[in-house]
Amino acid sequence: MNWLKKLIGTKEENKSSNVAKARLQMVLTHDRNALSPGLIEEIKNDIIQVIAARVSIDPENVVVNLTQDQRESRLVAEIPILNGRRDTTNS
Amino acid sequence: MSSKVITVTSGKGGVGKTTVSANLAAALALLDYKVAAIDADIGLRNLDVVMGLENRIVYDLVDVVEGRCRLRQAMIKDKRMPNLHLIPAAQTRDKMAVNPSDMIVVCDQLREIVDFVIVDSPAGIERGFQNAIAPADTVLIVTNPEVSAVRDADRIIGMLEAEEKGPGKLVINRLKPTMVERGDMLSINDILEILAIELIGVIPEDETILISTNRGTPIALEDTNNNIAGQAFRNLALRVDGHDIPFLDLQTKNSFIDRLRSWVNGR
Repeated sequence: MNWLKKLIGTKEENKSSNVAKARLQMVLTHDRNALSPGLIEEIKNDIIQVIAARVSIDPENVVVNLTQDQRESRLVAEIPILNGRRDTTNS
Repeated sequence: MSSKVITVTSGKGGVGKTTVSANLAAALALLDYKVAAIDADIGLRNLDVVMGLENRIVYDLVDVVEGRCRLRQAMIKDKRMPNLHLIPAAQTRDKMAVNPSDMIVVCDQLREIVDFVIVDSPAGIERGFQNAIAPADTVLIVTNPEVSAVRDADRIIGMLEAEEKGPGKLVINRLKPTMVERGDMLSINDILEILAIELIGVIPEDETILISTNRGTPIALEDTNNNIAGQAFRNLALRVDGHDIPFLDLQTKNSFIDRLRSWVNGR
């Protein structure tokens, strides 16, 4: 059936309506919380500073995302810690 | 029945607020209610031309507010239905000529003489919008199945909640079922999932709407059978009147290739 799909089908994720929906959900999450992507970038940099002062982290791979689930919004931060197994390797 | 003030708004311009206002007012009048439609778009009036009453304007909303005429004198009686009236906007003034409490006063007076007041809001979120929603019992938010209109509708929903005017009810205008079916237009469900408010009307894109606007006769009044747009507006009016009316089936008769495509895409 793949040949048929190639011939006449459109992949679900390529449908422009799905792209529109995903883009809308993203922009509305920011609109509703009055948190622009730029502000989130600033917050991310602040978080990196605070944590890096105490723990060795990988600043390049820190991710801060605004997510929305129905009416609840949250900022989710992922902060990879470097040398997590230092104690065991030293022994 | 106690009278109701219904404001039609959208945030974004050009989504069909005035068309929805004119047709909702006309369709409620068809149900034998006394109806007054107010054009709150001061300086950019258009409800008069959409309703076909532009040649009969003597006084307008600002004349009423500023005391140059009585309310009754500014109510233009529709030429087709004696129970339908228009209060036009002033064309040579701006939104600041009226304030929200003026609108409440005018609408409270209208509640004494009509069953429904339909307020056609200007685009935007400034004074004109504030004027339009101040007297509202119910707010209808008109949107189109496109990102900019849905985004602005979301902003309006937030503002209505802040003003304690409820979340509002959604009218999706200009839906093209063929584009939805091929995955190139946001569907009704997509929009409802994003905005999370109650749906009260779906109006398909239809050439006959423009044609009837050209003539100054709201499509809801055209008694041609099978006119789906007119039916959609009459159904909207019935829902506004509290009836539980199912939404029209707007599925197109698919061509073979459309059906094959849907099947291949696993829908």
